[in-house]
Amino acid sequence: MSDFLIDAGWVNLAYVVASILFIVGLKGLTHPRTAVRGNLTSALGMLLAVVATLLANGLDFQWIIVGALLGGVIGLVAATRVQMTQMPEMVAIFNGFGGGASVLVAGAAFTIAAAPTAQMTIATGISGLIGAVTFTGSFIAFSKLAGIMPSGNIAFPGQKIFNALMGLGALACVAWLTVDPSAVMAYWIIVAIAAVLGMTLTLPIGGADMPVVISLLNSYSGLAAAATGFVLMNNVLIIAGSLVGASGIILTRIMCVAMNRSLGHVLFGTLGPSADGPSADDVYGGKVKATGPEEVAMLFDSAQRVLVVPGYGLAVAQAQHVVKNMAGILESRGLTVEYGIHPVAGRMPGHMNVLLAEADVPYEQLLEMDQINQEIEQVDVCLVVGANDVVNPVARTDPQSPIAGMPIIDVDKARTVVVVKRSLSPGFAGIPNPLFAADNCLMMFGDGKKALQELVEALKEN
Amino acid sequence: MDALVAAVTVFVLAVFIGFEIITKVPPTLHTPLMSGSNAISGITLIGAVISTRTDNPKLATILGTAAVAFAMINVVGGYMVTHRMLDMFKGKR
Repeated sequence: MSDFLIDAGWVNLAYVVASILFIVGLKGLTHPRTAVRGNLTSALGMLLAVVATLLANGLDFQWIIVGALLGGVIGLVAATRVQMTQMPEMVAIFNGFGGGASVLVAGAAFTIAAAPTAQMTIATGISGLIGAVTFTGSFIAFSKLAGIMPSGNIAFPGQKIFNALMGLGALACVAWLTVDPSAVMAYWIIVAIAAVLGMTLTLPIGGADMPVVISLLNSYSGLAAAATGFVLMNNVLIIAGSLVGASGIILTRIMCVAMNRSLGHVLFGTLGPSADGPSADDVYGGKVKATGPEEVAMLFDSAQRVLVVPGYGLAVAQAQHVVKNMAGILESRGLTVEYGIHPVAGRMPGHMNVLLAEADVPYEQLLEMDQINQEIEQVDVCLVVGANDVVNPVARTDPQSPIAGMPIIDVDKARTVVVVKRSLSPGFAGIPNPLFAADNCLMMFGDGKKALQELVEALKEN
Repeated sequence: MDALVAAVTVFVLAVFIGFEIITKVPPTLHTPLMSGSNAISGITLIGAVISTRTDNPKLATILGTAAVAFAMINVVGGYMVTHRMLDMFKGKR
């Protein structure tokens, strides 16, 4: 029996075209204008690859339809119901499904293979290893993000040694499988070990480092798919998997740089609070100026250029629509309003941009950190909402600080800075922020959304 | 061995293409990039489909069916939510 209803050459050709469509589709994502078309191009590539595969002989369509309907409905409901603030959770759990699918496909292929080659066996072992780590690691990441489990670091004594031994054990099983490919049980032992490892590696990682973890697991889900491609010797799996793997690694690096953390520190260590930095009293003592909505509304009277710097606090307070309202009023009075977005402003790469886009903020007004830092001296009023560490000038001025060298938005160089914040409490880095005591800075204490609503009211009356 | 070298070649070249393209994706689109990547990694769907062949052992069919479901969540959910997000980035008409 031949493998396909048509010449296998045509199926492979379809896979090449699908790979090209994936690449062209990703290229479309390099600009917001072409992005929708890019996504559709990529989806077309997927459709082509799947249709070509359905031409294989002797498929059990009954079960394919059952699985496809089940997964399709879950995917459809998830995609239409998810809130934009929940995107990190969704991507996290989808990474997990990707890893899980790779484990199952590699396991199935290995079960079928009559006489697996050494290369196929190794690929199967690696696919099971990466896939299972991704699967359970993603579920832990999801649970932390969704608040199902505490987001802090959960660790037990000897965790690093335990992880190292588990890793070695998994590799030993890969070796066992290579020596004796008939030991199918070894594959499932690898999967079991990797499943535990995925949990013990992700549990100690704290909430602030979640953007790094999601990006890394995104990369793993791609690498697991690529490894499955080596099991099946299928080029489109290898290509699609490595594209995703590369994407995840780039995002991981961007997140690490933006948070001033090395990947090693995120995975194996925790950031200790600084012991000998200046205390909050030294920094703030009598120098912090509080303000109210009326005063801030008046500030805008003499301003031309306004910059909003949103932080995680804005997303928590769900204040993006109020910000957009405020911007609308200011723009109607002839002011320019722009947004300065730090790479880790949200809970995942690019998250803040999506939240603002949802509130109908045009993407042309969303400026990257480097771009806005060049022009920040021309900003008349800079409104910082729920951000702290990412605007802390200490990163630039104090080489001893735990955030020394971290890229920040230099809001302290704007003419006037208004910080909307609940209190003077420190951010994730646990250090005071001298910006709050600066001469050109006013503190508007309160919940982000409520404070901005009061500001909008004050602007309307003004 | 030849087949392996060919596969490794494809892998390495694809990683390079990935790096070249993805570094040009602006930070504004990084979240849709990740959900779109979720969808693309659903390509394991084709491996899952193949595992259900009727001349395979029953275990392979069971694993294959579960894999079809997992991969379909990624494909359908990934592309749809990416589309939903990108639609918001169209800007002012």
